[in-house]
Amino acid sequence: MMQKDIKRLSLILLFAPFALWIVLLIILPHVGMLFISLREKVAPRVYEFGFSNYVNFFTEPIYWNTLLRTGSMSLLVTVLALLLGFPIAYYIAKIAGNRTRGALFLMCLIPLWVSDLIRAFGWILLLRETGVISSSLQWAGLIDAPIEFLYNDATVIMGLVYTVILFMIVPLVSTLDGMDNAMIEAGYNLGGNGPTVLRRIIIPYAMPGIVSGCIVVFMLTAGSYLTPILLGGKNSSWFTEQIYDQFITRYNWESGAAFGFVLLAFTSLVIWIGLKLSGQTLNSTVARS
Amino acid sequence: MAIKPNTAFLASYRIYVAAFFVFLAAPLVAAGMFAFNDSVFPSLPWQGFTLDWFFNDTEPKLGMFHDRRLLRGLYYSFVIASFVSLLSVFVGTCNAFLFVRCKFPAKDFFYIMMVVPLVIPGVILGISILLLASNIANGAEESLSLDLDFLRPGIVLVVLGQFSFITTITSLVIIARLKKFDESMEEAAYNLGASRVRVLRTITLPFLFPAMAAAGIVAFLVSFENFNTTLFLVGSEAPLTITMYDRMVKVGSTPVLNAVSFFLMVGSALLALVSVLVQRDKPQT
Repeated sequence: MMQKDIKRLSLILLFAPFALWIVLLIILPHVGMLFISLREKVAPRVYEFGFSNYVNFFTEPIYWNTLLRTGSMSLLVTVLALLLGFPIAYYIAKIAGNRTRGALFLMCLIPLWVSDLIRAFGWILLLRETGVISSSLQWAGLIDAPIEFLYNDATVIMGLVYTVILFMIVPLVSTLDGMDNAMIEAGYNLGGNGPTVLRRIIIPYAMPGIVSGCIVVFMLTAGSYLTPILLGGKNSSWFTEQIYDQFITRYNWESGAAFGFVLLAFTSLVIWIGLKLSGQTLNSTVARS
Repeated sequence: MAIKPNTAFLASYRIYVAAFFVFLAAPLVAAGMFAFNDSVFPSLPWQGFTLDWFFNDTEPKLGMFHDRRLLRGLYYSFVIASFVSLLSVFVGTCNAFLFVRCKFPAKDFFYIMMVVPLVIPGVILGISILLLASNIANGAEESLSLDLDFLRPGIVLVVLGQFSFITTITSLVIIARLKKFDESMEEAAYNLGASRVRVLRTITLPFLFPAMAAAGIVAFLVSFENFNTTLFLVGSEAPLTITMYDRMVKVGSTPVLNAVSFFLMVGSALLALVSVLVQRDKPQT
């Protein structure tokens, strides 16, 4: 009996911090945000329940165009990160020798420890009109006048891929690492060629890692703020910029909260579709890595 | 070696991997390099080596260690990151025991709840906490005429905002370690007559310590470099990333920002190295 009481007590004691954290900092704020997004200002300090903030969002093309643009560019970034990152992860997990493997993996992580801000700053120094690349090209005589590489969509996408690709590589390396080389060899022995083995054996095995990487990368991209603004300039039209604008510049918290919810709902929807299409669950992917 | 591809393929594969790492390093090298360029603009041509951007004490080349606002930002970042890492390691350790050792209903559901903060965009976390805190503060002021200053944008909110998602990271790190723990070691200690507290203190916690230290370092670094969540919760005590961003937008890029970048990169690299060493130090049996 005593033993059982102690068990119960320790469960309660351990559950309390968890519950406080999740309820006070995650659930309550989001419920509050939902309430605020559902009220309309009818007069100063007088509010009414209503959907006008959401109606506003859907009737103003610039808002949902920005959201669609953010969403489609984030998808593109996710796909690019997967295509570029998969060979790197495979190299680290399967081809590199034991000693280089750890070093390469650590090198992959280095940019993770460096702030987004510094990374974007580095790209600005490289890519702007007076930047390293432009002046080197001039020095080499390849171009006559300075070129501005910043402030276009291609640069924003490149910068975003750069920022998030580590979050693709890390889960991929850890799934591929757990894969038995014998499986690949068996594929070859049974007469499969490279692409077949890749398609029929390696990719299905790595699926949890792929999905997990894609989820994290998509979320990070869609929610990113610094990279699109610094590399894309004022007209990068990223959705988080709209949210910031509503909150800080216009001081319209009701509509900012509605925008926040739209972003949250949109990204969750995309991820839900992704999970359904790949036949995975949140538990089998993100939680595992 | 799993696949035996032909050499031409392997060679081009290697070139691709090398090119990728050049791509990874390029902006970091650019950000660090110009800290040592003796020029007021962080751009080519190279004007010679200098340490002015760190130590010089006069305008126009005010070094980072004499720049009051940058130093204050560094100090606030340090305070915030310390609180965040202590808090998140504590809660992360509790979560690890909760999810590895305890049995309770709907555990899978709660586990997902624990992971969810990591996939909520940082901007949303920031605004939702800002909204709740401001509403409570406003409510308290109107109905109880209480002045709850800590619920206004400032250090406390920044710490809470960062804590809200960093705890997921620390929990996952510590859970992974606790899962590897051999419970028969605890049982042996109980059989030898040790009390619960003593077993926890002398056996379980020392086993967990490397993971706790590594999680603390990760939390510290993630907090130090966080921007998205902090942006909405920051008050007058701006941490370093916010100060740097302000400087970048208002003054434009100056080499002093390169100096700060270099300083931060070296600092994080050292901390990351420590976290790797702490985790590797003990040979696992």
